[in-house]
Amino acid sequence: MDQALPPTRWTIFLDTFFKASVIDQYLPSILKGIVVTLEVAALVVICGILLGLTLALVRAYRIRAVNILIVILVDMLRALPPLVIILVVYFGLPNVGIALSNFAVLWLILTLVLAAFAEEIFWAGITATPKGQWEAARSTGLGFTQTLLFVVMPQALRITIPPLTNRTIAITKNTALGTVIGVPEILNQATTATSFAGNATPLMMGAVAYMVIFIPVVTFGRWLETRFAWRRA
Amino acid sequence: MDQLLDQFFNLSIMQQVFPLLVKGLWMTLKVCAIVIPVGAFAGLVVALCATSQSRLARILTVPYVDLFRAVPPLVLLIFIHSGLPFAGISLSPFQSVTLAFLLNNSAFYGEIYRAGLESIGAGQREAARSTGLTALQTNIYVVIPQAVRNVLPDLLSNTIEVVKLTSLASVVALPELLYSADMARSITFNASPLVLAAAFYLVLLWPVVRLLSRLERRVAA
Repeated sequence: MDQALPPTRWTIFLDTFFKASVIDQYLPSILKGIVVTLEVAALVVICGILLGLTLALVRAYRIRAVNILIVILVDMLRALPPLVIILVVYFGLPNVGIALSNFAVLWLILTLVLAAFAEEIFWAGITATPKGQWEAARSTGLGFTQTLLFVVMPQALRITIPPLTNRTIAITKNTALGTVIGVPEILNQATTATSFAGNATPLMMGAVAYMVIFIPVVTFGRWLETRFAWRRA
Repeated sequence: MDQLLDQFFNLSIMQQVFPLLVKGLWMTLKVCAIVIPVGAFAGLVVALCATSQSRLARILTVPYVDLFRAVPPLVLLIFIHSGLPFAGISLSPFQSVTLAFLLNNSAFYGEIYRAGLESIGAGQREAARSTGLTALQTNIYVVIPQAVRNVLPDLLSNTIEVVKLTSLASVVALPELLYSADMARSITFNASPLVLAAAFYLVLLWPVVRLLSRLERRVAA
């Protein structure tokens, strides 16, 4: 019964992508990668959304010069591939005397990109709030800032939640770009381990790690979308 | 300031690497010309499965879409390009990129089309069928055109993302725009080629981003 079976396609597949000894050996480094990925992701989400919200609020004051700057900045960050910006900053800045760690570069760029998209989404929410809301609030004696913060924003936030969640998920997934500049996140750990082990199991572990982190988030985003659904006629 | 200009906007270096980058741009456009139509079509198929009458098709598309929306495209690309060879499947960079983008795009476009298809009331379908159109004709002539129109901004936004994502192909050494620029960067020890590549992307995508902002505002209004 327990004679050695000749290798079948199935066992070759298992040996290539799910080899137990490799899993044992490299689990710690993948876990380390998960911690780094989660750290970058948390920092990017918090800073990016706050910065985006701030930009949108500033834009609401409609100071022409400031708004032109914001629009140009946001447009550029929306049009450029994040990997291009990361490489420009990572390889360019040290030569002009500014040395940022690879972790800092990844955090900075993803934060700016998320802020740009978040600003657009918040701004869309602010402009979608009917004019009557502004007028009613102002006529009760609220100031501009009070109206913006206590009347318009609470309504605007509601419709921004689904698109903002989806955009945030998409940009958080870009933490994988850190591997190109050597940030020791999941993908970086996985590719390093794969080349050491001569076996694709660590890559599979990395992919599984991303699934474990992001499938719940994606499902949550989908749920939010139906929960806050507002049908465009 | 001079140092900054020299490091990021060195005109003589830019001039030197311009032909190389134009070549890279062509490759980027070639990749786009393949992955966008293929992804958009595959996404439509996924969406039709996700909203079809068949329970099995609906159940199967959910994990497919969730899986490829959850895995970052770069992870997928590296898995295909450096993982599959261990299983005896070696793909060229171009093939790896095409396959990775097909899987990723079909999931993302699929979700967008699904939202569009679901926004079309059942009455449309019933009315079309009662005039004698077949199920296929109903989809092609009645449901899909309206669905696409409803989600046009989202489709455009996703297409911009796809064009930007093609820069990932540089990681598997496909000589597209970013790869060419980064190669030039490592030869000249200067970030100007990367800035020039960024300028190419801006010229390519800025008008589309502007158009998108307008479209989004019009739909919201």
